[in-house]
Amino acid sequence: MYAAFTVYPIFRQFDISFFTWHIFPGATSPFVGWSNYSFILHDPVIRTAAFNSLLYVVITVPVQMALGLFAAAILTDRLPGATFWRALIFIPVITSWVIVSYIFAYIFSAGDGLANSFLSLFAGHAVRIDWLAQTWTGNAVIWLLGIWKGVGWSFIIFLAALDGVPREIVEAGRVDGASERRLWRTVIIPSLRSSIVFVLVLLVIGAAGVFQQVYLMTAGGPYNSTQVLFTYAYQQAFQFLNFSYAASIASLFAVVLFSFSVVEIQVLRRHEN
Amino acid sequence: MSRSAAATAVPPGLFGIRRRSKTRLVIALIFAAVSVLPLLYMVSLSFQPTGDIAINEAGMIPTHPVVGNYISAWTENSFGHYFFNSLVVSLAAVALTLAFSSLAAFAFARYKFPLKEVIFYLFLASLAVPSLELIIPQFLLMDRLRLLDSLTGLVLIYSTSNLPFSIFLLRGFFEGVPREYEESFRLDGAGTLRVLTRLIMPLSLPAVSAVAMFTFNFAWDEYPIALTLINSPSHRTLPIGLALFIGAHTTAWGPFMAGSVIATVPLVIVYFVSQRWFRSGISLGGIR
Repeated sequence: MYAAFTVYPIFRQFDISFFTWHIFPGATSPFVGWSNYSFILHDPVIRTAAFNSLLYVVITVPVQMALGLFAAAILTDRLPGATFWRALIFIPVITSWVIVSYIFAYIFSAGDGLANSFLSLFAGHAVRIDWLAQTWTGNAVIWLLGIWKGVGWSFIIFLAALDGVPREIVEAGRVDGASERRLWRTVIIPSLRSSIVFVLVLLVIGAAGVFQQVYLMTAGGPYNSTQVLFTYAYQQAFQFLNFSYAASIASLFAVVLFSFSVVEIQVLRRHEN
Repeated sequence: MSRSAAATAVPPGLFGIRRRSKTRLVIALIFAAVSVLPLLYMVSLSFQPTGDIAINEAGMIPTHPVVGNYISAWTENSFGHYFFNSLVVSLAAVALTLAFSSLAAFAFARYKFPLKEVIFYLFLASLAVPSLELIIPQFLLMDRLRLLDSLTGLVLIYSTSNLPFSIFLLRGFFEGVPREYEESFRLDGAGTLRVLTRLIMPLSLPAVSAVAMFTFNFAWDEYPIALTLINSPSHRTLPIGLALFIGAHTTAWGPFMAGSVIATVPLVIVYFVSQRWFRSGISLGGIR
C-alpha cells in the first residue's frame, strides 16, 4: 500500500517531468527530455517563488524554534496551572489551516481590520494598511501565521526533551556559581542536541513545503509576488494543466530538499563529536 | 502510569521550584493568550451578524449576540453532510493507519528479515517529502484506479501519508515492551495478532493515542488534496465546505465563523482526550 501510494508516485513524478504530459485520454504525450527543466532556469516567476519559499524557511524556522524553546523553558518547572498553559500553547497546532488562514486574513483586512485598529491606537492616527494586497506586508502575514501555528509543535517537543536534562548537573553548576547563560551553553543546550536536530530538520521540510496559507490568503498575488514554489507548481498543474512542468518543479525541489536534509543531519551530527 | 509519574516527578527543577515563578507565570500567560486570542475572536465573531463583520463593525465581544449564524452554517451548503463525510474519512484513516502501522512496527520491532534497517530508513526518508509534493502523481494514480472523486481515495492517501511517522513512533514503543510478557502471553495460547492487539498495543497507549490524534487531525484538516481529488458536491469534506463560505465578491462571514467553531470542536475534544498520554508518547518515542 505504501509502495503504491508513495514510492510509485515518486518515480512517476520524475517520469512525467520528461514529457509534455496531457491528462486527456487518447492524447499523445511527446517525450521532451530535459526541456521542462531548462525552462525552469528561465522562468522569472520561479525565481520569485523559490526566493519566497527560502525566505519563509529562513525567517519562520529560527523564530519558531527560539519561541518554542523559550516557552518550554518557562513551563518546564512547576507553575500554577502549568498543564492548562501547555494545552493552550499547543492549540494553534491542531487548528485547521483553512479556518486560521481566513481568520488571519480577516484580522489583517484592509480598512478597519483588527490589526489596523490596533496599530491606530499607537500611531495616533488611523492606520489603513491593505496587508494582503502588497508584497511585503502580505509576506509578513504569511510568516506570522506560520509562526503562530508552528510554535506549539517545537514547544511540546522541547518540553519533553527538557525533562531529560540532567538536573543534578545544573544544580551543582548553580551551587558552584555558574551563570545561567553559561549553564544553558554548557549543559542544557548540549543535552537537547538530538531534539534540536529533529525539530530543525522537520521544520525546514515543513516550511519549504509552505502552501496552504499562501494559497488561501493571497493566492500568490499581487502579480505573483507572494508566490511560493508549491502554490506556483499547483497553479501550473491544476489551473493551466501544465502537469509536466509542475512535476519538474516538484522533482527538482524534492532532490534539493532531500540533499539539504542529509547534509543538515551530517553537519549537525559531526558537531556532536 | 509509572512512566508519566517518573516524568512529572522531577522536583529540583531546571530553575529551582520557586525561581522567578512570577515572571514565568506572566510570560506563560502571554504565550497562552497569543495562542488562543485569534480563536476566541472567531468564537466572538460567530455570534455577530455577517453585515457587521463585513464592514468591520463587529466588536471583540458581541453586544447583541445572535445564534442565527449557527443555524445557517449547519443548514446552508449541506454543511452537515460535509461534516459527516469528514468524520467518516478521518475515522477510517485512523483505523487504517493504526492497523498498518502497528503491523509494520511490530515486524520491525520483533522480527529479523533481510534489509530490515534499509527498509526502515526508506520509510524515514519519506518524511523528508512535504505532503503536497506528490499531489500530481497521486492525482494521476487515483485517476487510473478510478478513485478520483471518492472518499475511499482520500482515506488511502491520508493513511499512507501518516504511515512513516506512525511506524517510527510505534516501533520505539513496541521495542520497549519486555519479551517475557510476550512469552507468557503466548504460553497461554495467544497467537501473534492477539499478542499485538491485546498486549503490545495497550502497553503502548501513549504512542497509539499520539498516532490516532495526529492522523485524525491531519485527515480532518486536510484541504489541498481533497480540493484536487474531490469534484462532486456530495463528496466534499469539511475544509472544502468551509472555504465555500468565502466568496470572491460576497463572503458569508457569520456562517463561516460559526462553521469554523463547529469544525474545531471535534479537534479540541480529540486533543484533550489524547493529551494525557500524548506528551509521554512523544518523549519516549525515541525523539529525544
